[in-house]
Amino acid sequence: MQTEFTPWLSLAGGVLIGSAAVLLMWLNGRIAGMTGILAGFLPPFESDWMWRVAFTVGAIVSPLIYIAAGNEIAFDIPVSTTALIISGLVVGVGVTYGGGCTSGHGICGMARLSPRSIVATVVFMITTFATVYVVRHVWGQA
Amino acid sequence: MKNLTALFAGLVFGLGIAISGMANPAKVLNFFDPFGTFDPSLIMVMGGALVTAFVGYRLVFAKQNKPVYEPTFAIPAQRKIDAGLIGGSAVFGIGWGISGFCPGGAIPALGFGGSGTLAFVVALLAGLLLGRGLMHGQNMFAKP
Repeated sequence: MQTEFTPWLSLAGGVLIGSAAVLLMWLNGRIAGMTGILAGFLPPFESDWMWRVAFTVGAIVSPLIYIAAGNEIAFDIPVSTTALIISGLVVGVGVTYGGGCTSGHGICGMARLSPRSIVATVVFMITTFATVYVVRHVWGQA
Repeated sequence: MKNLTALFAGLVFGLGIAISGMANPAKVLNFFDPFGTFDPSLIMVMGGALVTAFVGYRLVFAKQNKPVYEPTFAIPAQRKIDAGLIGGSAVFGIGWGISGFCPGGAIPALGFGGSGTLAFVVALLAGLLLGRGLMHGQNMFAKP
């Protein structure tokens, strides 16, 4: 299914994501990586888990405020529930070993020019491209 | 105060993810499908986020030797490029390619993304625990 190319909205969203990373570093001294933030929700609970909950609640609430203000957010899940569950498990295991995901390695780590994050980002971008290619063009037609 | 500032950063993060399209699996998968229904929008997201964070981090580290509400910057000390980093990132990419959801994309979608998003996030949390179990075995609940 085709999705609309949204260069300016996506750029604005990207600037906001980057700004959130800068705010969290400036004020709290923390990396805005969703893997690390979510890991704090699981045992062993770290002593300063409250800021992680606060960040997560903020991230869930602001899109709802945006929608309540009369805006729309394009959204569609083009895969089955089974695929979503498998994906969640695979992502969870992968980011644990890899020590981060798109936000932690791809944005925060790359912005610090961390060699680990640059390697991680190149690797996961390649395997994501490869997976989508195999699923859509080798196994099936999309 | 640090919880309020984290809440504020989270609000900015979630809005950015939602309007950028990172929370939309259809759009994310199309970015990774240049031989099909390609949508290059995510280049703009990554570009905008990276330039902003690159410049912003530099300003923060140049002007301050500690964050405003914490005693130190919590920067990952690990420098080694090892098999875990490469293998784990490769596996993460496979998972991202299956659904189009990454952790930072899925969490802001929890409020408007229906039961599919919830299913992904529950599986993600289970996967985080599973990964920790595989890495640390019986010591998975020990404090690091």
